[in-house]
Amino acid sequence: MLETLDQVFVLLQHWLVGFLPAVLQPVAGVLLSVVVIIVLFPALFALTTVLERKGLGRIQNRIGPNRVGPFGILQPVADGIKSLTKEDIVPLSADAAVHFLAPVLLVVAVFMGFAVLPMGRNMVLVDMDAGLLFFFAMGASTELSVFMAGWSSRNKYSLLGAMRAVAQMISYEVVLLMSSVAVVMISGSLSLTKIVEAQNQYTWGLPHWYIFTPWGLAGFVMFAIAATAETNRSPFDLPEGESELVAGYHTEYSGFKFALFFLGEYLAMFSISGLGTTLFLGGWSAPFSFLGWVPSWIWFFSKLLLSICVFIWLRGTLPRLRQDQLMNFAWKFVLPMTLLNLMVTALWRFLGEGWERWVFCSAILMLAYVAMGRIGMRSGHIGPRRYRYAE
Amino acid sequence: MLGEGILKGLAETAKNFAGSFVSAERMTTVEYPEERIAPIEAARVFPFLVYDGTDWESGMRCVACQICEKECPPKCIYIEKSKDKKPDAIGKPQFYPAKFDVDIAVCMSCQICVEVCPFEAIKMDTEFELSTDDRFGGLLLDREELSKSNEYYHQIHPTEAAVVDARLTEGRAKADAKTTAAAITGAIRGAEIPKRPAEGGD
Repeated sequence: MLETLDQVFVLLQHWLVGFLPAVLQPVAGVLLSVVVIIVLFPALFALTTVLERKGLGRIQNRIGPNRVGPFGILQPVADGIKSLTKEDIVPLSADAAVHFLAPVLLVVAVFMGFAVLPMGRNMVLVDMDAGLLFFFAMGASTELSVFMAGWSSRNKYSLLGAMRAVAQMISYEVVLLMSSVAVVMISGSLSLTKIVEAQNQYTWGLPHWYIFTPWGLAGFVMFAIAATAETNRSPFDLPEGESELVAGYHTEYSGFKFALFFLGEYLAMFSISGLGTTLFLGGWSAPFSFLGWVPSWIWFFSKLLLSICVFIWLRGTLPRLRQDQLMNFAWKFVLPMTLLNLMVTALWRFLGEGWERWVFCSAILMLAYVAMGRIGMRSGHIGPRRYRYAE
Repeated sequence: MLGEGILKGLAETAKNFAGSFVSAERMTTVEYPEERIAPIEAARVFPFLVYDGTDWESGMRCVACQICEKECPPKCIYIEKSKDKKPDAIGKPQFYPAKFDVDIAVCMSCQICVEVCPFEAIKMDTEFELSTDDRFGGLLLDREELSKSNEYYHQIHPTEAAVVDARLTEGRAKADAKTTAAAITGAIRGAEIPKRPAEGGD
């Protein structure tokens, strides 16, 4: 029974596809999954916008939207109708074709990432051997559409926003990759399903999630920082920077094209959260062995929602960084730490089972963190900056 | 240590988040159409015309002197002076505004009309729910719409209205004394007048 519940979506898909002739079955199965992904994640996006606005409101001691429907849960419907009925303005001097393509490409590229994410046991659209590589390739192509948007708008704010976005995304892309490489080094596979299976083991009822190792914890923190920057979320929301760039690269977008950018941004957040969950938080595996009977997809989506809540929490807490702080932080602090983390991971791999690797690896990472933090804070690269003329 | 501030900040926002569900005094939001804050005495929105008594037309203090019209910086007041005179609240014949329009789409709530009015006839209202679907006619208030009783003025600005009333009674008392004095002198003169022809007759 529980087995059935765990596989309910897989069985449902098989049952539905069973009505078709055998030739069409593989294609129909994939199409069905694609449709489910295309429906499910925008629905989650709608839910998240409400959750975010209400959560941020509570963080700032406000109530948040509560007018449309009970407790304001129908707010996204109202927002959707609004953005659909708004006038779609294309600036006269804009490159109309590129201007149109940018949001479409963004959403398509972001949706591609979901193809390789295992959302439950046997629930992955394409079980690719190089799934992680595919994910990063797709994630990197969102930069292109951001720059297309900024360039085609023929607006200095758009272009500045796009430049910032590309600079930021490329810098943090490196960190994102480097922190994920540690996982690949230990699990020995680029396939995301294999990575989850490697973590789906238990010792004394506790899971072998990579976050519960020194290198995994460090990697996860850096992955989270890079993911926040990669999805242009606060405190790294410089590309949008409402107060200085009038919303950055989507200044010249209105109506549904703007909504597509918004959707793309949130979908990117979901996919990167899904990847973080898969790499470090054990994907669809249960947090304790005695909870193994709960359907796997429930675990995946609860972890996903939890990480979204953390994103919202961070947004409600931190102010926006300055461009130089952002760059210094990426290249002078996080990147060296990820490189060190790779060494530590190798050490962890070759020290073998035993307590020594826990002590050595934790000690190296802690020492490096404290030392780099101290030096960095003193030098002003990442610490408080003194303003010569403001004192 | 690096990152300490972030943890402190996260703790603070978490406290806010949890606190907003349990303590009512954290939430400062007043949900406007259903809830309202008590009216503030010093508030001002757009001007209105004060009238004494119960009938707006006969009790209107405005004598169409047009000072406010001339002083109004955005020129939102339009006055047409009457041809005839009508007795005002104390029975003195005065001109009255045959037309008195304020375009509240233009008015900037500067209160200069109130400052310059020598008759305490124009005051600032606190009514702010003036939105309308007719953006031309609906925002052009005529003298009937602008007229509000002195009692209403007392209700919205009690302190200011008391001062104004005191000043008016004083002024009226002075005017009364003057008219009485004039009447007396007139009476004396009137009494003397018959003498003149008698003198001339001499």
